[in-house]
Amino acid sequence: MEFRDLIAEKVTALRPSGIRKFFDLLETMEGGISLGVGEPDFQTPWHIRDAGVYSLEKGFTKYTPNAGMMALRREISAYMRRRFGLDYDPDGQIIVTVGGSEGIDLSLRMLLEPGDEVIIPTPSFVCYGPLTVMAGGTPVYVETRQEDDFKLTPELLAGALTPKTKALILPYPCNPTGGIMERADLEAVAEILKDREIAVISDEIYAELSYGGKHCSPASIPGLKERTIVVNGFSKAFAMTGWRLGYLCAPRDAIAQMVKIHQFGIMSAPTVSQYAAIEAMKNGDRDIEAMRREYDHRRRFLVRGLREAGLDCYEPRGAFYVFPCIRSTGLSSDEFCERFLMSEKVAAIPGSAFGPGGEGFVRMCYAASMDDLTEALVRLKRFLKTL
Amino acid sequence: MNHTELLKLLEKDCRATPDQLAAMLGEDTGTVRREISALEKDNVILGYNAMIDWDRTGEELVSALIEVRATPQRGEGFDRIAERVYQFEEVESMYLMSGAYDFAVTITGRTLREVASFVAARLSTIEGVTGTATHFILKKYKEKGVTFESQPVQEERMKYL
Ligand SMILES: Cc1ncc(COP(=O)(O)O)c(C=O)c1O
Repeated sequence: MEFRDLIAEKVTALRPSGIRKFFDLLETMEGGISLGVGEPDFQTPWHIRDAGVYSLEKGFTKYTPNAGMMALRREISAYMRRRFGLDYDPDGQIIVTVGGSEGIDLSLRMLLEPGDEVIIPTPSFVCYGPLTVMAGGTPVYVETRQEDDFKLTPELLAGALTPKTKALILPYPCNPTGGIMERADLEAVAEILKDREIAVISDEIYAELSYGGKHCSPASIPGLKERTIVVNGFSKAFAMTGWRLGYLCAPRDAIAQMVKIHQFGIMSAPTVSQYAAIEAMKNGDRDIEAMRREYDHRRRFLVRGLREAGLDCYEPRGAFYVFPCIRSTGLSSDEFCERFLMSEKVAAIPGSAFGPGGEGFVRMCYAASMDDLTEALVRLKRFLKTL
Repeated sequence: MNHTELLKLLEKDCRATPDQLAAMLGEDTGTVRREISALEKDNVILGYNAMIDWDRTGEELVSALIEVRATPQRGEGFDRIAERVYQFEEVESMYLMSGAYDFAVTITGRTLREVASFVAARLSTIEGVTGTATHFILKKYKEKGVTFESQPVQEERMKYL
């Protein structure tokens, strides 16, 4: 018997991430700079870590309720009201998950029947398509464009709708483009979805990293709230990636069904992380602000540097990536990244990794030190001269 | 332009160039350059220092925190006494304090004896100083927001995406 033959075809068909090879290479290089990993370079603020440590000292090491600790759900509820003006009942409209990742997975598994279509604006985070497939659905990719500020325009959305459309993913603020959807953009979405049975999965993991204006959640738009699942988490806002903690806010029926899936697949999110997260929500607003301000400095610095280097670069409005266009070099995004890495030891990610519409761009993450960003720009300018 | 942001950036890393600062703040380089000159002229920016952990060098240095009690003087309060103290080169920092004593003074010397004799011969003999208590610093953990021990980095991390 060959184990290979036992594996479900939809799993073997999943494409492993093609960019892994770059990072294995980078690791062998002396003096390499990675602008690749989409992770805060800050440490989790000490008062938050301390709350986690304290819970361990007290021996709070049991499972929590399936939907997460009530104390945490109450804090999440208060946070959603305070930061985004949204009202969610801790008892029945919120579930604590293992990262935003599990939240996206739960949403899709709860919604999809075989053949259901999910509209996914791209370039965007890599998980939506594969998770849609794993849940039995069919991804329908919609290419957003730089000239539209990488927004999902009413035309693009209308063009992708079919009778099989079950869900729309709104990945804003967007990894990798830095695009956002403003109130008017979302109102246009609401208008198109009116009278249709379509759910919105709004991935707002970067909501706190919005620059030059407050984040507007689809759940605050009349006509969208009742169909929207808000995905959020602690990874980016509080620099807590390794704690693996996120949450969903959604209508009661959606949460009740997702709690079942979560209960059987996960039991409950990590207890120590939930204790730390309570502290983050109670006393972390200042940390968010301090980190956001630093990211903002680096964002402006990198955009100006890229433009000075001669690249066409959209000014990102959220998250912590810049997404310059590299078509002027005549290289594909894959070639660009490979040659940049080999000659200058700087790792960036080809836009093509983020789905249709990503070719011709590269993603650089500015959750890196100013020293690294400065040096990366020096090397980029040198590299561009050799082309 | 906004001073506060500029000053915070410089306080964190005074090596940042006007070009870098301008980009970070969304200003032009000339504006930032002029602003820094003005802040220097107004004594808002007083200097640019490197933070050095001398313990990691071959240098043997001893630092102490000295609590100083003093009698304020008519018409001049504590300032006249403070001036007599801080003008010594050995004095690194000096603060007027509320509470049990009046000044907190830090000084650094090459040996314990050097520090002790500075206190005995120079400090406590100043007119108006009524008493001192010397605390030698055994180990520095953090100064101006910078920790002296570097934190270990997590070895195994996700490398892509
Ligand atoms: C757009 C987006 N959504 C979700 C996630 C998942 O975050 P987590 O599972 O750590 O909450 C990421 C992580 O990079 C992301 O970029």
